[in-house]
Amino acid sequence: MNIVPEPVAQFPWKVLGILFAIACFGTLVLYSSAGGSITPWAINQAVRFVIFTGMALVLSRIPLEIFARFAFPAYGVVLVSLVVVELIGGVAGGSQRWINLGFMQLQPSEFMKPAIVLAVARFYALLPVGEIRRWTAIWPALVLIGVPWALVLVQPDLGTATMIAAGGVTVMFLAGLPLRLFVGSGLALAAIIPIAFSFLHDYQKNRVLIFLDPESDPLGAGYHISQSKIAIGSGGLWGKGFLKGTQSHLDYLPEGHTDFVFATMAEEWGLAGGIFLIGAFLLLFRWGIGVSLRTQDKYARLVAAGLTTTIFFYVAINLMMVMGLAPVVGIPLPFMSYGGSSMLTVMLCIGIIMAIERSTRKGRRSSGNWA
Amino acid sequence: MKLPRLKKKTVNEAALSFTFTRRAMVIGGIQAGFGAMLIGRMAWISIAENEKYNLLSESNRVNLTLIPPRRGWIIDRNGRPLANNRTDFRVDLIPERVTDPEGTIRSLAQLLSLSPEDVERIKTELDKSAGFRPVQVAEKLTYDQFAAVSVRLPDLPGVSPSQGFSRYYPAGATVGHLLGYVGAASAKDYEERKDPLLITPGFKVGKDGLEKSFDRELTGKPGAKRVEVTARGKIVRELTTRPDTPGNPIKLTIDAGLQEYAGRRLATQSGSVVIIDCHNGDVLAMASMPSFDPNSFSDGIGRLEWEMLSKDDHVPLRNKTLQGLYPPGSTVKPMVALALLEAGVKPSETIGCSGAIRVGNTLFHCHKRRGHGAVNMRTAIAQSCDIYFYQMAQRIGMDRIASMARRVGMGQKFPLPFPSQSYGTVPDPAWKLKKYGQKWQVYDTVNATIGQGYMLINPLQMAVMAARLATGRQLMPNFLHGASRSAPAPVGVNEEHLVTIRDAMSAVVNGGGTGGAARMSIPGVMMAGKTGTAQVRRITMSERAGGVRGNASLPFKLRDHALFQGFAPFDNPRYAIACIIEHGGHVNRIEDAPMIASDTMSFLFDQAKAMEKLETLEKGWGGTPAERMARQMAAFRLAKAIEKGEAPPQAAANATEAANATASNASSPAPAQNADAQPAEDDAPPPPDSNPGGAR
Repeated sequence: MNIVPEPVAQFPWKVLGILFAIACFGTLVLYSSAGGSITPWAINQAVRFVIFTGMALVLSRIPLEIFARFAFPAYGVVLVSLVVVELIGGVAGGSQRWINLGFMQLQPSEFMKPAIVLAVARFYALLPVGEIRRWTAIWPALVLIGVPWALVLVQPDLGTATMIAAGGVTVMFLAGLPLRLFVGSGLALAAIIPIAFSFLHDYQKNRVLIFLDPESDPLGAGYHISQSKIAIGSGGLWGKGFLKGTQSHLDYLPEGHTDFVFATMAEEWGLAGGIFLIGAFLLLFRWGIGVSLRTQDKYARLVAAGLTTTIFFYVAINLMMVMGLAPVVGIPLPFMSYGGSSMLTVMLCIGIIMAIERSTRKGRRSSGNWA
Repeated sequence: MKLPRLKKKTVNEAALSFTFTRRAMVIGGIQAGFGAMLIGRMAWISIAENEKYNLLSESNRVNLTLIPPRRGWIIDRNGRPLANNRTDFRVDLIPERVTDPEGTIRSLAQLLSLSPEDVERIKTELDKSAGFRPVQVAEKLTYDQFAAVSVRLPDLPGVSPSQGFSRYYPAGATVGHLLGYVGAASAKDYEERKDPLLITPGFKVGKDGLEKSFDRELTGKPGAKRVEVTARGKIVRELTTRPDTPGNPIKLTIDAGLQEYAGRRLATQSGSVVIIDCHNGDVLAMASMPSFDPNSFSDGIGRLEWEMLSKDDHVPLRNKTLQGLYPPGSTVKPMVALALLEAGVKPSETIGCSGAIRVGNTLFHCHKRRGHGAVNMRTAIAQSCDIYFYQMAQRIGMDRIASMARRVGMGQKFPLPFPSQSYGTVPDPAWKLKKYGQKWQVYDTVNATIGQGYMLINPLQMAVMAARLATGRQLMPNFLHGASRSAPAPVGVNEEHLVTIRDAMSAVVNGGGTGGAARMSIPGVMMAGKTGTAQVRRITMSERAGGVRGNASLPFKLRDHALFQGFAPFDNPRYAIACIIEHGGHVNRIEDAPMIASDTMSFLFDQAKAMEKLETLEKGWGGTPAERMARQMAAFRLAKAIEKGEAPPQAAANATEAANATASNASSPAPAQNADAQPAEDDAPPPPDSNPGGAR
């Protein structure tokens, strides 16, 4: 009765449609950002998107059990590379975030974002149901999160460290730990923040302070936020028009093709473009959360919701940053910001969620057959 | 280790699944909430604050370069320009874009033949100036110089040649004090007003005179050149350019021809001439000479020229018409006579003048030592008999004289569009008591009667006095053509008395009086007037004993001031005039106040004839004021060079001779009449004494 062949119908059209829309838009913005040229950014970004989409589709074919089995080993590998990075950095002096593999720069902290979700989810999946309200359900997860968090924080990379912690904690929350633990630690965190602040590097402190009052230093460290707000604010409802953004084209907006690509977009496309983009991301999250709600497997649903939240953190932190609601922490906007690492990470997440969706559909169909 | 409280609750797979679903929904909700919040925030920035950020974005993008507005013209009553604008080629440096300051300045100095002084100034300004605020290299360039720079632009990054306007005063020095001059705004002006226009190269503000007073009207609205620039200051393209709006022209009551004539007719003297229209008080000319050339002041005057002007004992930097105060001398006598008439003195009443009278312990002389014999009012004015006024004034008292003096404008401050004016003094008993705490004495009255003592007047006031005596109306001097004003109040005197005074003043000029030199050779026009002499120095007892030295034998600074006030025609006054020659001393009839006044007046009735006379006379004075100034400057420059040892001794000796020749030529042009006059270049006392105490 269905004329569409099953493999075609099964193909994740919906999510690919969303991703394609976002990526197309991102490519357009990069095209404009380069002054109306597909080189050097737009073409690279498009090619990468195609390659990583292929990778995600391949991932979606991998049985869920593989992800479960390799969760801890993957976590371990990434953790070791983090340590290696730290050691190289220690030798070379200064801050070091990547390992040079010769053909590419590998940034292990980037892979830790999905790895932490997989590992923590795996831990709770293995945990007997009755244990969930015991200490044994808490401290291993805290260790799993804490070690990479600390390693990334000392790199120093506040943004990524925050995302790793947030991703892990989200899984803990979803796993069913008592709510009062989160409320309590939330309050404790609020109390600790001022103390933690004093341990930050000077430039990090500066960023936080300037975030609180960007106009205090409009030509210095507050320049990024000020110019970003000017770009967004001057865009108005419909924007200045494609290729007509002045903030980005006249170089007033720093990092207009990477971290602040949203400002570049908003200047030319206005609030309308912003609503479209945020809406598209919300659809993506809805799809991710939807996958997690539909799936019955404990590990799978934790992973699906956790990875969705990881992507969400990318978007939320970046957008808050460019709109002056968060300090400048160097988190890119998925599919929009120029750069391979973040797209690779996000596509890994998407691929895994697609794999979960695929396995869920299979399971439901078989169970439906039985019913 | 267990969590004791939690143990009570039984946890199973189904409950956990339920918890997960609920919490996943919560997280989904939070995500949606964040999305909504971000859209809200974005809407706030881009819609509610759109205007603010648009403005910021524009001010980022657009770099505004102001185009200085053309200054409004100043024109005379007939529409002839007294000050206009000339096309001017200029070159500026944009510091930000200069790659090799040293080399650029060196090539510019060569191309434009800049002086070492200028090069030094440009280097200093370049060091101080930051960014894209231009630094002036040179202005008033010739087209060739301008073109020479323009074609080399590719090799001179940061050099910006442009075409602008500069102020031009066709009449040169003769309008210097009247109009003032323009110049670049001072750092202080900028501190106060913070107007970026003030630091735009080529923009000038009025610095003195009418240029300063009417600065607001004369200054137009600046134009703007808008360019789109990148964050690094690179110009992307030019946007719309808004042209400047020139300032409003100011039409003055001044007659340009007359003003220039008066300035030239003052010859080599340090003096002033003011002419007022008797119909309405319009000032037709107000010349103060020697003067500076506002053209060279507006370019930024050279240090040397400034030094020369400030050292000159003819005080070219002081506007004598408004800031010079002089004892009016005998020019007050018609005014005193009018007071006498009003007090009931009959014009026919006679006084015997024996040459001196005793007042208190002091013997007061008449200027004519042998005395005038019996004099009535007409003779007393015509012959300027002091004794008549000494006697009569004592009879009516100082207060009545002072009241009349004030009514004819002495000591009155007029609402004039000039930054500064000195207004003289009309002394009376109350004034003396307040000022010095002393009682008024009879000899004070006697002194005041002949315009000495405390009495002081400026040339403009003297012209106003002449006009009021001529018309019997309290005319107010006015400089704006067509200014609306209320009808002048009457002086408050009997018309018959005025006729008497006018007749007596005519006798001064035409009836064998002291002002014979002022007689006009225009048929049907008779001038009326009154001469005056104001003593600058105190006459010592030894001099009294040995005879007063003649003015001609005195150093310049000690000679008497020569004054003249009058009007013409005497029976139906049309114009009133005042002329004061500082330290003129009546030693040179042609360059004395009466003849200068009469010639200037005759310009109004017969221009051709007046010009013909002036041109003949000027040949003897060494040419027009501009020519004489140029020669004076050259001589001064040479003298300075010799002083510094820059000129070789041989040349120095020649130069000294040349300088002396020029100088004496300029200062005493009529040696025959002036044989025993000492050269003005003599070591004159340093401060110019503008406020001599008179005879006291």
